Amino acid sequence: MTLTDSEMEYIRKMLKRDPNELEEGMLDVMFSEHCSYKSSRPILDLFPTEGKNIIMGPGDDAGIVAITNKLALAVGIESHNHPSAIEPYGGAGTGIGGILRDIISMGAMPIALLDSLRFGPVEDQKSRYLFEHVVKGISDYGNRVGVPTVGGEVEFDESFRTNPLVNVMCAGLVEKDKIVKGIAPNVGDVFLLMGGLTGRDGIHGVTFASEELTSDSEIEDRPAVQIGDPFTKKKVLEASLEILEKIDVAGVKDLGGGGLTCCISELVEKCDNGALIDLNSILLREKGMTPYEIMLSESQERMVFVINPKYVNEAFAICDKYELPRAIIGTVTDTKLMVVEDTYNKDENGNNDIIASMPAVLLADPPSLNREIKAPENKKESIKVENPPIEESILKILSSPNIATKKWVYKQYDHEVQIRTVVKPGDDAAVLKVDDENAVVLSCDCNSIHTKLSPYNGGAGSVAEAIRNVVSMGAEPYAVVDCLNFGNPGNPGILWQFKQCIQGMSDLAEKFETPVISGNVSFYNETEGIKINPSPTVGVVGVANLNNVRTMDFKNEGDKIVIIGSTYDEIDGSEYHRTLHDLEQGEAPKIRIDEEISSSKAILKLLNNDHGEFNSENNKITAIHDCSAGGIAISLAEMSISSNIGAEIDLTNIPISENVAAENNDKDCINDNDLLFSESHGRYIITVKPEQLDKLLNDINVPCACIGEVKGNVLKLTGKETDIKIKVSDLKNAYTGVIEEFMA
Amino acid sequence: MKIGVIRFPGSNCDRDVYHTIELAGGEAEYIWWNKDDFSYLDAVVIPGGFSYGDYLRAGAIASITPVVEGIKSLVKEEKPVLGICNGAQILGEIGLVPGIFTVNENPKFNCEWVDLKVTNNSTPFTSNFKKNEIIKMPVAHAEGRYFVEDIDTLKSQDQIVLQFEGKIPNGSLEAITGVCDESGLVCAVMPHPERASEEILGSSDGLNFFKGIVNSI
Repeated sequence: MTLTDSEMEYIRKMLKRDPNELEEGMLDVMFSEHCSYKSSRPILDLFPTEGKNIIMGPGDDAGIVAITNKLALAVGIESHNHPSAIEPYGGAGTGIGGILRDIISMGAMPIALLDSLRFGPVEDQKSRYLFEHVVKGISDYGNRVGVPTVGGEVEFDESFRTNPLVNVMCAGLVEKDKIVKGIAPNVGDVFLLMGGLTGRDGIHGVTFASEELTSDSEIEDRPAVQIGDPFTKKKVLEASLEILEKIDVAGVKDLGGGGLTCCISELVEKCDNGALIDLNSILLREKGMTPYEIMLSESQERMVFVINPKYVNEAFAICDKYELPRAIIGTVTDTKLMVVEDTYNKDENGNNDIIASMPAVLLADPPSLNREIKAPENKKESIKVENPPIEESILKILSSPNIATKKWVYKQYDHEVQIRTVVKPGDDAAVLKVDDENAVVLSCDCNSIHTKLSPYNGGAGSVAEAIRNVVSMGAEPYAVVDCLNFGNPGNPGILWQFKQCIQGMSDLAEKFETPVISGNVSFYNETEGIKINPSPTVGVVGVANLNNVRTMDFKNEGDKIVIIGSTYDEIDGSEYHRTLHDLEQGEAPKIRIDEEISSSKAILKLLNNDHGEFNSENNKITAIHDCSAGGIAISLAEMSISSNIGAEIDLTNIPISENVAAENNDKDCINDNDLLFSESHGRYIITVKPEQLDKLLNDINVPCACIGEVKGNVLKLTGKETDIKIKVSDLKNAYTGVIEEFMA
Repeated sequence: MKIGVIRFPGSNCDRDVYHTIELAGGEAEYIWWNKDDFSYLDAVVIPGGFSYGDYLRAGAIASITPVVEGIKSLVKEEKPVLGICNGAQILGEIGLVPGIFTVNENPKFNCEWVDLKVTNNSTPFTSNFKKNEIIKMPVAHAEGRYFVEDIDTLKSQDQIVLQFEGKIPNGSLEAITGVCDESGLVCAVMPHPERASEEILGSSDGLNFFKGIVNSI
């Protein structure tokens, strides 16, 4: 039990009695951090949640954004960190299962999955075990249900050694007039529970997710991990879509954390109604389950449809077609109470035994906690480093598992099913066509080092990076989803980190007009004092005209290379520091919201003026790539590697912030090393046809400059103290086969 | 003129194949696994996916469902039958094409674009290609390694339809990844032609398979 004394006091006051054992279990689950967001809710209120394209913000299973006149996209993101730490294969698989159900619950057909994964160093055997089985769990589950896994990210860092992070984002298509919600508005409607059977797995999964892991968790908490069944999930998906198509349902909700207790109480509480549940009508997987186990089970692949009784036969027929268990388990009432009755046992008057009866609002809306927030003491380290030769640094960063190609991962995912995948994994973001003209563009990013060094800038920067990735594919960003992975919120320093991070994310999302429409909070990611680097995973949804989509690879020798946005002296927190010097120190790069917006607007304007076509030889803008981890050096290298073409770059042309130059009274104040590896925000690298260059530079009103030309089979960098050449084949060798070498 | 798309619980390329048949100018209709008579159809495609979760062995459970009788009747009537990926595994399990598609040399699921050689262009599905033409399509499977005992007969009867060109991603015998029966009317391919039927997806080579069916009817 995790209920605190003051929570018990509150419960007694509301009930005017002590809860019985079953009720206490139900309340325990609903008051858990995972279900109630009790520590985070007051802070999450900072997020902007409304905007011009937003159909539904946070509050239901997923957010919904309008993408064309006819179509909307339901988007959600979830963490499955604790289960994956204990049982990586099942934990990751059921993470996929959970987010798929959330999307189906909105009436949408899931069309894309993205995974953001974080592990300890790949050199560590346990971390490799977790990595291998998490990827296999995602692969076996996602592939079987026929939803393409089209993107994501993988990070390896010491801080995730005992607490890996598994975040899964899903997007689904729905026609605007076919959206359904998690509500039970009509008294007399019935609850249809269908899909998987209710078993003993996953009991107290959410309470387990709301505590720190310990060294015994792997043994003790295994029963809290659910068992996934992708084949049943696929049938649930098909049957759900068929029910939604044929029957006028009042509401839909999936069973996730908190099982039936959470699902039913939230459905009715939204409409100020009550529920009467017949415990004995629930179809069970095993004999002898107690009411406590039944009401708290988090068995997978279950959905509840709220329907008028006249549709029951039709709904049953659809479930039977897919050979899925189904039952009517109760009715919507006007009592505002969540009541569970045992029809097999009668009281002295011959009435059904009421085994739980509580106000639905007590379950669905527990009070927030006002926890202490305090900035930790600030001890910024500043170790001076010796810069190795730039050539050596570039090759080492390219061959670090954090930067090297993730082909080993995405080859295991079916990223083509549903025939929408226009841009394949490995580019900045996934591009999925939704009709003959439009594509949705999805990215999923996080910079955990930046967030550790400066939660405000790291949080805002993670949103900025995800937006840049979407813009790089030619899309206008529409909305943000977030999965916030932090340590124990009982620690005032952790909650300070959390609040700073949310503030940064909110400021950026607000100015960019990309509301935060759905999210998830995962606290307690620490084990026996070892805390993760705070990781705000950010998913961004963008919409592009297919004609505006550009990939990152160089296209033609002779094209001019242009950088958009200023570079600052911001080497701290960089991939260069982590890989070359094993350092995570100093200040994270600053977020400069106005510059970030101007750079993105410039890219989109250039594309609109291009009047081009995807992959057409007539395009004036031929390639786009953002600058993030690894800085300009790694962005250029990636453009070369993906095309097998080299480039000649003059570093002295790179625009440096006027402020930096003025402060130092010297426009050459950044050395070439820091110029190449700084991870300043707001920057893109593009290539253009040479005859278009002058017009293009005149057209956009942001710091930009031509820094070179696409040419040959060598990446040549010339600067005031630099003159190096690296063969594209050497770049490629460094970048490929890295993860394969560890994983076989 | 109608082409059936067979659906099992766990099929997941059914909608894609349906869409592509229409793109090729055909008319498509879904056929649920419990139907055993659909002789009004002019051809059927068994799409990819994980029929019955691929539990036991890919295609094993699907191969003993009622729909197989209907498929065999179409074969007797000399109507074209195409199995793609899981559909190819099912045709192997039924025994309508020689050989089997088993666990990849590296047993992990593998999704990537590959180059392929059209070894036999005399089937309805490949009639729009030149013999030995190199085409591009994606594969996506964990059980696609082709094996057959009697490779000589396969060769002498011109039953090899598609072979990997260059890299062999799954360890298939002689790079074989598409085979047909003696008539050439029943064809099993591991790569996904429906995923390579629009230029914007990476290639439109695959559309020829469906145009081939439509034109042959």
